[in-house]
Amino acid sequence: MNCIVCIKQVPSTNEVNLDPITKTIIRDGRQSVTNPYDTFALETAVQLKERCGGTVSVLSMGIPATERLLRDAVSRGADRGLLLTDRAFAGADTLATSYTLSLGVRRLGDFDLILCGKMAIDGDTAQIGPELAAHLGIPHVTDVLAITEVGGASVTVETAWQGGVRQVKVALPALLTVQKDVNQPRMPSIAGVKRGLEAPVEVLGAEAVQADAKRIGLTGSPTQVVRTEAPQRDSTAVYIEGDASQQAHKLAELIAGLTEGARA
Amino acid sequence: MSGLRIDKDLCIGCGNCANACLQEALTVDSYAEVDSAKCILCGMCVDMCPVSAISIEKEESGIDKSAYGGVWVCAEYLEGSLHPCALELTGKARELAAQLETEATAVVLGDESADACASQLSYAGADKVLLVTGERFAQPVEEVWAAALAELVRARKPEILLFGATEFGRSLAPRVAAMLETGLTADCTLLEIDPETKLLRQTRPAFGGNLMATIVCPDRRPQMATCRPGVLPMPELDETRQVTAEHVSPDVPAAQKTLLGMVRQAAAGKSITEAKVLVTAGRGVGDKKNVALVRRLAELLGGDYAVSRPLVDMGWAEYPHQVGQTGVTVAPDLLITCGVSGAIQHLAGITGAKTVIAVNTDPEAPIFARADYAVVGDCVQVLKALIQELENGTTK
Repeated sequence: MNCIVCIKQVPSTNEVNLDPITKTIIRDGRQSVTNPYDTFALETAVQLKERCGGTVSVLSMGIPATERLLRDAVSRGADRGLLLTDRAFAGADTLATSYTLSLGVRRLGDFDLILCGKMAIDGDTAQIGPELAAHLGIPHVTDVLAITEVGGASVTVETAWQGGVRQVKVALPALLTVQKDVNQPRMPSIAGVKRGLEAPVEVLGAEAVQADAKRIGLTGSPTQVVRTEAPQRDSTAVYIEGDASQQAHKLAELIAGLTEGARA
Repeated sequence: MSGLRIDKDLCIGCGNCANACLQEALTVDSYAEVDSAKCILCGMCVDMCPVSAISIEKEESGIDKSAYGGVWVCAEYLEGSLHPCALELTGKARELAAQLETEATAVVLGDESADACASQLSYAGADKVLLVTGERFAQPVEEVWAAALAELVRARKPEILLFGATEFGRSLAPRVAAMLETGLTADCTLLEIDPETKLLRQTRPAFGGNLMATIVCPDRRPQMATCRPGVLPMPELDETRQVTAEHVSPDVPAAQKTLLGMVRQAAAGKSITEAKVLVTAGRGVGDKKNVALVRRLAELLGGDYAVSRPLVDMGWAEYPHQVGQTGVTVAPDLLITCGVSGAIQHLAGITGAKTVIAVNTDPEAPIFARADYAVVGDCVQVLKALIQELENGTTK
């Protein structure tokens, strides 16, 4: 079972604070990390390798510093990495990113499964997985909780569905997006860290993967952010004053009135 | 090649852009300069520039837009029922279509029983209902449904295509968008037509909910968006509207997957979406054990409890109790929030609440802007006092 795991570099916190007067972003000493959802996808792939053999490749599109995260993935059980980095990839939305990743997948060669995190914590779109599957013409299953059966031509997975859990059997090759907390991502061993430092991590630009210049980066991105702003926050609320017990007393009266009204 | 442009004549060297840049690609001496090797063209600096000296130049790769017209909704019909968001979206489609002087169309996929949705969708505002029904479409299989939708869109060229941001919609819509090589905006909270450009303005929370981003898709068609259930108002159903339905039968590939059925049903008991009274806990409750206070208050009021996302992330509560953008959308008659600050993603999940009482220590917390009643104070103290008050039955 050869797996490809897609990972994304994200800020370690997704909170951005705005200076209320200048409306500029106040930065703290933020650090980049692997998108937490992707760490569960990686662990799923490494466990699959331990169960059935095969290889785990990690793939990312990002700035050159992302190589560090690919090496980190190797230290946690992946075999090799491929980083797609190029100025021409800058400004990519989900369509251009998923197209670019599809070129990386083709570069990595034969695979059975692609595993992605359900979504990235900085974008929250959850679009890359299904879009990548569409570019590759393979089926996808989202919100995967576990891989329960591995056959020669298919896998059976459990997915979150309508508040419960559903089983889906999908033909290979396929793409799965993995929910969080479905496993306990391992820590790197000392040998793993060494392997990570020495691992083959290929770094390729747009030309090397024969990217169509019209489909990558900002040029290949149909969507365009026209405005980003802090939301309006005008309060019209009635304030309930006093200490905690006075507030509680007033609240109890208020709630009694509101719920009586609802019953009437 | 596309790139960031800085107009040196306009730049005042204030440094806002460098401060906003997460990539540290901008330096400011007497004016701003960009290191294009670091710049990822995210556009943050463009918004932060007070004198509009920064712009992003984009090479166009558009299509003939004049061939496209009409507003479409993919109406979700699963397991024998039409999702309420299908009606909400159809109501919105009617409104957008009116502004564009075009037609609103609802597309339904499913087995033959889905044909019965045509009248409701028409009453909600669809001028036409396309029925993609029958044995081949009986199961919600993304690669089959996406192929059907893509073929219909290629043939009939709608300018806008909307989906509900449901579990399934969030899986189906991106597949369709990639097949059509067009843009898709996830989880919009606001959809409107720009009066000048006639483009669909799609607004969604970004950067952890601290900012709202407005996104357009100027050069490709259709313009695609998903929208959270419960965020758009439910339209009045007008039963005098004419029902125009058409059966269509696009070519689709064979399914690559088999849906084997449920191995665990949804937890027994009502979903929090149905609660009339809902008490929610946010990070401000401070400790896992205080979630029990929130549950107790909910119990005393005959309601249910829910939490904001950080509490699920920390393992203080289960996901089915999570309210917000990535959780559940709720619409109780009475919502009492305890220690919830009110990030936009969370607010997106409570837009349908009738009366909101918010308890939080921070008087600046955004939740108070949504609240009808504001209690500035330690929610744990207030909760304890309120529970005692209700248990003693002192307020009758």
